[in-house]
Amino acid sequence: MAHIEVDDIHVYYGNIRALQGISFKVEKGAIVTLIGANGAGKTTTLNALSGILGLREGSIHIGDTNISDFMPHQLIPKGIVHVPEGRRIFARLSVDDNLAMGAFTRNDKAELSKDREYVLEMFPRLRERLDQTAGTLSGGEQQMLAIGRALMSKPDVLLLDEPSMGLAPVLVEQVFNSIIDINKTGVTCMLVEQNAYMALQIASYGYVLEGGRIALEGVAQELAKNEEIKKAYLG
Amino acid sequence: MQKYFDIEFWRRVTYVDVTLWLMRAAVIIVVVWGTIGTLIDGRYSNEQWFDFVMFGLTMGGIYALVALGYTMVYGILRLINFAHGDIFMTGAFTAYFVASPLGKSGFLEENLLISMIIICLTAMVTCVIIALTVERICYRPFRSVRSFAPLICAIGASFFIQHSFRGMYGSSVRAYPDVEFFDKLLSIGSFDFPMIQPVVILAALGSMTGLYLIVMKTRMGTAMRATSEDRDTASLMGIDVNRVIIFTFVLGGSMAGIGGVLYAFVFKQVYFFMGFFPGIKAFSAAVLGGIGNIPGAMLGGFFLGTVESVGPALFLDGLGIVAPYQLRDLIAFTMLVMVLIFRPQGLLGERVSQRA
Ligand SMILES: Nc1ncnc2c1ncn2[C@@H]1O[C@H](COP(=O)(O)OP(=O)(O)OP(=O)(O)O)[C@@H](O)[C@H]1O
Ligand SMILES: [Mg+2]
Repeated sequence: MAHIEVDDIHVYYGNIRALQGISFKVEKGAIVTLIGANGAGKTTTLNALSGILGLREGSIHIGDTNISDFMPHQLIPKGIVHVPEGRRIFARLSVDDNLAMGAFTRNDKAELSKDREYVLEMFPRLRERLDQTAGTLSGGEQQMLAIGRALMSKPDVLLLDEPSMGLAPVLVEQVFNSIIDINKTGVTCMLVEQNAYMALQIASYGYVLEGGRIALEGVAQELAKNEEIKKAYLG
Repeated sequence: MQKYFDIEFWRRVTYVDVTLWLMRAAVIIVVVWGTIGTLIDGRYSNEQWFDFVMFGLTMGGIYALVALGYTMVYGILRLINFAHGDIFMTGAFTAYFVASPLGKSGFLEENLLISMIIICLTAMVTCVIIALTVERICYRPFRSVRSFAPLICAIGASFFIQHSFRGMYGSSVRAYPDVEFFDKLLSIGSFDFPMIQPVVILAALGSMTGLYLIVMKTRMGTAMRATSEDRDTASLMGIDVNRVIIFTFVLGGSMAGIGGVLYAFVFKQVYFFMGFFPGIKAFSAAVLGGIGNIPGAMLGGFFLGTVESVGPALFLDGLGIVAPYQLRDLIAFTMLVMVLIFRPQGLLGERVSQRA
């Protein structure tokens, strides 16, 4: 059974239709990417998944739980965490408090401190800056914090919205490497990207979104060779 | 400084800028002129100045406690809880029914600390219940509505609470019990003041310290700060925003309850309309400090209380205005306007809310 199964979802902003019937699947333990141009509906899709936006039609299943009507805060207990577009760290809170908010629902102290240690190993820069106000971190550090904060909930599914946005190539590499590492521990990853080249390199399967519809899908390596995609997204 | 030598800067100056500069200059001249006039005149003794300051700090502590409720709710909901002043009244009024028998039986005088704790708890519980009811009935249904509906509801709730209390208990003024200990005069050198003043100031500071620790150190407090920054992202972290909102109203209501009891022991009376002016002043204090900012509300409260008390004598007397003390409320609101001319974002507010 697929880990995430999205079936024919329609999402509106008021009367404006943003998603017109999208379906896709993410297998357990896979990295699947959703690519597309600006305004294609990538962020809308993730926001619908995590309950920030409601569905007009269609359904979303995680395992065999129907989460179509879930509120955003109900997803963490289901093992799903969403790293939103633009990082959205809590700028006025300290780095440490940001991490603590990632673990808001947890009460297993011993396990928690292990996971915190794991996050700080992965992003040593955060350890040096635990007491710093998060808003003063650099863009790259903020992205690390956003991912680290999400990992604090010990998720089974990680939804990532453009983690490479606004980062220098070296940092993009670093962030993508950490996504691979996280995936290796068994976390299912859904990666939304404009940087199609990088995304298709680490994903096993990909979907191309255009004007609120899935225009194309396929095994990542093949999508990367596809002429149309090369022209449109790979330059 | 360097920017003033740049011709481009002067080209971009607008009429609004010039008007603001003129207003700022006028404000400074009036304040300085009045102050110098008063001080040269020497009409007030040091003891009187001390009185003004002590009374100002006492009122300031109460304003600060109430202002916290406005500022925390604003931080989370971006809504001015206009009913907060009346919630403050319900606490003091309900606690009267506990304080009065305690006073009559003599228990209040004999076990002052225990009695005060009982009275404060009564007020806090009342305020919290009313605050949560208002939130549930008036604010929650309209939370996602982008219109004036929540504001109109807030005003409606304010009237509803006032008139329910008027309907239940009448419009007469009820006297809070006298406490000998509170009326006792304390002296430091030639300065003296009633015991109630330091009691109020210390109680206010103590409660605010407690609140501050809750907001800064506990998990729910941190979640509250996170939610006020970014509600959607907070909910993605598994934070139930409704629970945070309830938590906020509980904290704000508790502070209003304590504030109400202190206010009632200073003025020794309660009536259904008593929440209105303290409410508006505390709201001003929250704006003064920078709405949404918790230390700002505390500072704003003490600042407003002190200036309101010292200001009439200090600024107005020197200008030859007779009976300046009648103009206390005027001073309070003029000062609000003045501070906002100088610092539109309030004393501790941030100029633009930053988003990463
Ligand atoms: N809050 C909103 N109100 C109205 N329309 C919106 C809103 N948010 C997004 N849209 C519209 O929905 C469509 C999809 O937007 P979405 O943010 O999902 O795109 P995206 O693929 O994430 O783009 P980008 O790569 O720029 O992040 C766009 O046409 C956009 O204008
Ligand atoms: Mg997007």
